Amino acid sequence: MFGSIFNADFIASSIRIAIPLALAGLGGVFSERSGVINIGLEGIMLTGAFTSIAVTNFIQNPWLGILAAIIIGIFLGLIHGITCITFKANQIVSGVAINLFASGITVFFSWLLFNETQIMAKISLPIWGLSIPNLGEGSSFLRSIIIIFAHHSPLVYLTIIIFILSHLIIFRTPFGLRLRSVGEYPQAADTMGVNVIKIRYIAVMTSGALAGLAGSFLSLEQAHFFVKEISGGRGFIALAAMIFGKWTPFGTAGAALLFGFGEALAIRLQSVTAVPVQFINMVPYLLAIFVLVSAIGRAIPPAADGIPYEKEVG
Amino acid sequence: MKAAKKIDYYSFLEKITPLIAVIFALLVGAIVIVIIGEDPIYVYKILFSNAISNRDGWGNVLFRATPLIFTGLAVAFAFRCGLFNIGGEGQVYIGAFLSTWVGFTFTSLPAFILIPLCILAAAAGGALWAAVPGILKAKKGVHEVIVTIMMNWIAASLTFFLVLKYKAPETETMIAAGVKQMIPHTKEIAQAARLPRLYDLFKSINIDFPSYNQVNVSFFIAIGVAILAYYILWKTNLGYEIRAVGYNPLAAEYGGISVAKNIVLAMVISGAFAGLVGTNEVMGFKYRWRQELFTGLGFNGIAVALLGKNHPLGVVLAAILFGILNYGGAIVNIFTEGRIPRELIMVLQAVIVIFVVISDEIVKRLIVKRRKLT
Repeated sequence: MFGSIFNADFIASSIRIAIPLALAGLGGVFSERSGVINIGLEGIMLTGAFTSIAVTNFIQNPWLGILAAIIIGIFLGLIHGITCITFKANQIVSGVAINLFASGITVFFSWLLFNETQIMAKISLPIWGLSIPNLGEGSSFLRSIIIIFAHHSPLVYLTIIIFILSHLIIFRTPFGLRLRSVGEYPQAADTMGVNVIKIRYIAVMTSGALAGLAGSFLSLEQAHFFVKEISGGRGFIALAAMIFGKWTPFGTAGAALLFGFGEALAIRLQSVTAVPVQFINMVPYLLAIFVLVSAIGRAIPPAADGIPYEKEVG
Repeated sequence: MKAAKKIDYYSFLEKITPLIAVIFALLVGAIVIVIIGEDPIYVYKILFSNAISNRDGWGNVLFRATPLIFTGLAVAFAFRCGLFNIGGEGQVYIGAFLSTWVGFTFTSLPAFILIPLCILAAAAGGALWAAVPGILKAKKGVHEVIVTIMMNWIAASLTFFLVLKYKAPETETMIAAGVKQMIPHTKEIAQAARLPRLYDLFKSINIDFPSYNQVNVSFFIAIGVAILAYYILWKTNLGYEIRAVGYNPLAAEYGGISVAKNIVLAMVISGAFAGLVGTNEVMGFKYRWRQELFTGLGFNGIAVALLGKNHPLGVVLAAILFGILNYGGAIVNIFTEGRIPRELIMVLQAVIVIFVVISDEIVKRLIVKRRKLT
């Protein structure tokens, strides 16, 4: 039984499920490292998922569809920024409003433009990498390696590059230092001449771009269609991944892979085992709560996370 | 003298910010309608006139407002203690499920026991689910927003599992046709567990009311809970302590008020309010548990609480406004033959939320500016 489940295809599909979680989770890392909670990731993902399919179908170019999803993500990130950085409104409220807005606007436009709530993707990106050898030809080990590492949508490789870059940006550049200082102690950062407002705007818009990209992967590359509420809580699993990954890019990627693995397992176990799938689906959320509570290896958010920056006027 | 008057003027402005936000949102909606190529005045006329010009319309509006009163009160109550309960969604699922379970399990009980029991079960389920983030916040300092989000999804999975466990048997026609339930739902609750519809009440006092209208006694429970929330918050020691903690936890602690105790209690009461949604959707309407009855209610409760300025009366009014928008939106969709999708209403609600929080901040800045000048 285990041999039939844990094969190369299984690992490859875990990776594919993990990609949108990882990207949106990374968006959460950028935003929260700067001190802005973004629970609008779910809605931004949903809007990105719709936009990428709509644009791809209209202009027959998936790359431009993905670009459009990123742009719309940046735009929603900007709105989140305006409400809760400039107007200092409650960040949770703003995020909830973005989610509500996304649920409405995506279905609204899919009725308006396509007259239905499920839109098939006319084209997707080509698969990049090596072609999979037929069974029996060459070594099966080589075949597995190709399936797992070298036969994916271009966005999978792009995601890996984004993660490495993000790690370097956050922990190895002056910008990253400023980003983290703004999220930990904005008053001190401000005293040192860091423009708190600007850094937060950049971070929130980056998180929007990443969540939009995550959404485009979800619809265009994974499902090959858009349907009402296709994000289905993945934006919140992404937040769980971010927490479980302790607000670091690689930690988030690891958590997303773990959750992707769990979801892939749940899909395959549906017919095989006595453990109900619903309990496997709970695992990401339970783990997130667990790491927030547990004494050992406890996850601690950035100190100024969720607090609007009020410049002291002397 | 003159300055004091000015400040009064601004605090009046602060009170009516929700109204300004609604008007702005309707303007945004009008722009969208014009872009689609329809006449906004005509659309808004259909939206409002069908909802509030006759008894049937009002019944539909109040039926849609009832669950939002519960979830709005839940958010508002927790907010008074400085807590953000965005777990309404999960608390509704669990409360409604527990209530349904009692309703289809203890079928031999008479109505005067079973109905209160089901109502209590709804409140208890929600309270239980909200207690977890409350305790984790009080004991471990974990942010309640994150925990309530996660609890929402755990509740969704858990109830999905339970629905499959207590699934209604396939009807004979379904078996004959060889089809399965598309959307799983539970068995029906006992007759004795069902709340009367307002139609039944109006009939007994000879008031003409459409029999198909779904508004039921749960609306009165909602109004009762709103009064209860007001009473607890402003007329009891508990309410005083809860508000003190919400206002300034450090000062409250210094004044001898247990912050931890009040956080847990506020969350539990808040969750109980949310759980009571089950009285409308299950005991008064579908008589069974089905997930899409509840989706979005918890999150819309946040919008309702904000618009109602976290005051019970405001929550009731805001919920009724949302009831009008939801019902009127559905009617507009039919009247325009789908040219105006009903999802426009969700967009309007989101815009209302954004405008409420932004106009709050603008007014606050105006007041601060004014104070500095004087």
